[in-house]
Amino acid sequence: MTQDAQSFDGRRWHDMGGNAAGPVPTDQHDFSLWEKRVDALMIISSAKGHFTVDGLRRVLEDMAPEAFETMTYYERWIASVNQNLIEAGVYTTAELAHRMSEVAARGATYGEASNG
Amino acid sequence: MPHDHHDHLSPSGHPYRPDDDHPLTYWQQMEIAIRELLIEKGVTTAAEINAQIDAMDSRSPANGAAVVARAWTDPAFRDALLADASVASRDMGFDIGPMKLIAVENTADVHNVIVCTLCSCYPRNLLGLPPDWYKSRAYRSRTVKEPRKVLAEFGVNLPDTTTVRVHDSTADMRYIVIPARPAGTDDWSPDALARLVTRDSMIGTGIAKAPESV
Amino acid sequence: MAKQEFIRVRRDMPPGHVRTPAYLRGKTGWIERTLGPFPNPEQLAYGHQAQSLPLMRVRFTMAEVWGADAPYPDDTIDAEIYAHWLEPAEPPNAP
Repeated sequence: MTQDAQSFDGRRWHDMGGNAAGPVPTDQHDFSLWEKRVDALMIISSAKGHFTVDGLRRVLEDMAPEAFETMTYYERWIASVNQNLIEAGVYTTAELAHRMSEVAARGATYGEASNG
Repeated sequence: MPHDHHDHLSPSGHPYRPDDDHPLTYWQQMEIAIRELLIEKGVTTAAEINAQIDAMDSRSPANGAAVVARAWTDPAFRDALLADASVASRDMGFDIGPMKLIAVENTADVHNVIVCTLCSCYPRNLLGLPPDWYKSRAYRSRTVKEPRKVLAEFGVNLPDTTTVRVHDSTADMRYIVIPARPAGTDDWSPDALARLVTRDSMIGTGIAKAPESV
Repeated sequence: MAKQEFIRVRRDMPPGHVRTPAYLRGKTGWIERTLGPFPNPEQLAYGHQAQSLPLMRVRFTMAEVWGADAPYPDDTIDAEIYAHWLEPAEPPNAP
């Protein structure tokens, strides 16, 4: 048994209440268009019954702990929205794969690739 | 002066997030692909997505400030707000969707502060999207254990005679703090009072502004 | 202060999506108000039909959650806990 296995009590990284941490950061950014679109896709998909906010959270929580530091908030959200929509059968992995490749081929920036 | 849009600040004074003119990321590819697939499959429309973005953009702390100012000036409304903040907010004309809201009131003896330790639940349908610090590891981790130290970092130093009530937004409800009404505002109108109500004062990491500050 | 009904949060540590924070498990508090019923998020998270459950706003003292040496033992934490995570309890300082 590893040391980690001996000390692990089932608590996961997102369940962070009471942990020690540094000062509360004061940086603030305004949301970009792509982030607002992710937010809107989540609200619309859940309002139409394809999945719930708990489904969103479940996938976020199942991410590796590093995701909290290496991905931005809305990067984690779009990854979770995608997994929930695939689980719900709204589209297939192949459909997503092909469309992402098409999108990437359109241009080097978000503006070019999103057709405005 | 040369035009360098990378240095621009938004109307709120914060830097814009890198967006259209930065290299396309994997996650942006995914957002575009999902959006197009959802439109093609009839789940949503481009117009509906735009309308949802507009609806979120129209929500701001000013909505909550109007609710608080009315609670300060209308005792019947204050009672209604404490009884059911969702109903009271809707009755004022705010479209808060399905959100279930609880208002908690600061007094001479009690200071309330809101956190979500498990994710970052926030009364977004009234106040708009949360500030980045609300979603940070530090705020989510520390506020339930050492709220007074966290509040001190925000410049709020409470006397020992004040009880701090931390509200961990763990489930279906969302929370708004009714900050204490500043002294010296007895004859102020609700509109004038609303200018004293900051976003942070409705999270509990701030207090209402002093009347001489506006 | 009247602290009517004391309840304890179950100590369970299951995997999966739950809305009961770990730092409150095994802690005793009292019901501040009863809400709901709301569908069980532990089922919603996996796309299942969800059972309706009462949701309790439970108030805990800092002393109960973090120990008697908490710097402000009478400060409180309120959290919403679904009924299936709660069991009856004696007051935390009962003799």
